[in-house]
Amino acid sequence: MKMTYREAVRLALREEMKRDGRVFIIGEDVGKFGGAMAVTKGLFDEFGAKRVVDTPISESAIIGSALGAALTGLVPVAELMFIDFTGVCMDQIVNQVAKTRYMLGGQVEVPLVIRTQGGAGKGYAAQHSQSLEAWFCHAPGLIVVMPSTPRDARGLLKSAIREPNPVLFIEHKNLYNTEGEVPEAEELIPLGKAEIKRAGTQVTITAHSQQVLRALEAAETLSKDHGIDCEVIDLRTVSPLDMETILASVRKTGRLVTVEEGYQNNGVGAEVIARVVASAFDSLDAEPLRVAFPNCPVPFAKSLETAILPDAKKIAEAVLRIA
Amino acid sequence: MKTTGQNRKTGADVRERKTPAKRVPAHGAATPLPMSGEDALRLYRSMLRIRRFETTCNELYLGGRIPGMSPHLYVGEEAVAASVCFFLRKDDYIVSNHRGHGHCLAKGAAMDRMLAEIRGKSTGYCKGRGGSMHIADVTLGNLGANGIVGAGIPIAVGAAFSIAYRETDQISVVFFGDAASNQGTFHEGVNLAACMGLPVLFVCENNQYGLSTHIKKMCPTSDISDKAHGYGIEHDTLDGMDAEECFRAARKGIAYVRKKRRPCFLEFVTYRFLGHGASDNRSYRTKEEEEKWKKRSPVENFRSRLEKAYGVAESAIQAVDAEVEAELAAAMEFAEESPEPSPDGALDDVFVPTEAVRQARGGAA
Repeated sequence: MKMTYREAVRLALREEMKRDGRVFIIGEDVGKFGGAMAVTKGLFDEFGAKRVVDTPISESAIIGSALGAALTGLVPVAELMFIDFTGVCMDQIVNQVAKTRYMLGGQVEVPLVIRTQGGAGKGYAAQHSQSLEAWFCHAPGLIVVMPSTPRDARGLLKSAIREPNPVLFIEHKNLYNTEGEVPEAEELIPLGKAEIKRAGTQVTITAHSQQVLRALEAAETLSKDHGIDCEVIDLRTVSPLDMETILASVRKTGRLVTVEEGYQNNGVGAEVIARVVASAFDSLDAEPLRVAFPNCPVPFAKSLETAILPDAKKIAEAVLRIA
Repeated sequence: MKTTGQNRKTGADVRERKTPAKRVPAHGAATPLPMSGEDALRLYRSMLRIRRFETTCNELYLGGRIPGMSPHLYVGEEAVAASVCFFLRKDDYIVSNHRGHGHCLAKGAAMDRMLAEIRGKSTGYCKGRGGSMHIADVTLGNLGANGIVGAGIPIAVGAAFSIAYRETDQISVVFFGDAASNQGTFHEGVNLAACMGLPVLFVCENNQYGLSTHIKKMCPTSDISDKAHGYGIEHDTLDGMDAEECFRAARKGIAYVRKKRRPCFLEFVTYRFLGHGASDNRSYRTKEEEEKWKKRSPVENFRSRLEKAYGVAESAIQAVDAEVEAELAAAMEFAEESPEPSPDGALDDVFVPTEAVRQARGGAA
């Protein structure tokens, strides 16, 4: 069935809430209003105020109370309106949610999903456009998931809700209206597994979230205009990384370009490249390259934002440098 | 407006009290005792376990037997945890803080596994991964101590949310200090609990110092509980050095939360006899001040009331003293003999080992 990314996320929430009475949604404006990105629209009418819970603008209380609920028998899906707002509840995410199990010596499980959205391209400026996934890849104890298609959004979110470990589930604000095919039947897509979205033989491109779509565009152009055959890997889970899939691809192609919307310094691409170099150095026929957001706050003006945001053209240019 | 420095209800200056606050009834009649002799002995036992455990930790730390940061000890504050936990069931939740040994013990934890944890041994409650600041026995409803001031407050509110969601008659309790009331998590947590009407008891242990800084300099209101007033919840400020007053207040506060399913805020004004940590030289306060508060020690003062006021035989009190000493001696031996955790398991328990995280451990290529 065809549906938007937004509808796919909502479908996963509805299916999991129907399946398991312990699952509830908590966040700002998620109730009758339906969420700032309209993802939870209709769920309040279907499941009621008890299970679709509006909170004050108190991000630390949202995450902390979700943790308390997760430790005492519930399965919270906490929504943070923008990933940029994790700054105000970083302690609860990194020091509390992520570490509680370890600090308690494994006495507890933390079945908690934090849903949020990030990404640039809409002119939302520096505090509402970031791709901060790398921050959370640096926090032991968190699984970080970033779907690029409606099908992945639904299947990965369902798995995230059933996972006994905390999951940060990062959607992309530009993807909510994108459409795609989603199977009628229930589908669980495993966390921690990348997917080859386009098979190829000459250059490996890794990407996640919206940049998967840009990488696929670039791969088509490169194939048509330059006869270069790229393999596009959608990481889907950015932490922990599915190195088996990435290494197998690089061993085949010998060339690697990583793509992300996050800041380039110490980003996901840096980690992918470091691991590839350590494990498959001899397979590399060229230097691995990164396409990422420069180390600059996201600008407001369209001309500035477009100039520095990774896109198909920048990805193609990077591939051409090493192909 | 009430006068600064005075408790709204009693009119007493809660920080400078020279004598324990007394609720003197009209006509000079004797104050009714808040508990039976049996309960009094139980309360004393709970306080003594904390006192002896903590003074032992202090000695062990100073003797180089406790690794890491100097433990934050609860000596002087025993009446609060012992009284509050007296009225809790095993299935009620508590969330503790960095000064958490007292809460853990009062909720029923065993000294041996606690001391093993504090000494970094594999037999500790957290298998040596947590230490003094993260100690908890989750099976007793203790959801964890916390190294970040104020961080446990929203977690306890979430446990109360879960109770309301599951429609049980449990309650949730969070212990935090005076300084935590200046954190954002305090205001977010109390506000959320008040808005949602959740069964959570906020227990502020006002020991008057955030490390070296006196709360008077950092809190504009005379009582911390004034902040709870701002959120429209039931609240009171009490003498945390008076075990009987703590006991009465805890019984009333917990009965309120359990029956009304609403939050309540109790501030206990108390004093930590030792420093912020065992290594703190306490240069920020005077010996005179310390002596004044030590005279109000809840353990000794309540012990002296047991026979006189409650008719508990001295022999029964001594039997409790001996039991506590025996438990402590066994705990010290247990911790001493327990092995350190095997380095092979250092990465265990970061995650529940699901398929999703299968590669996480091998990811350091």
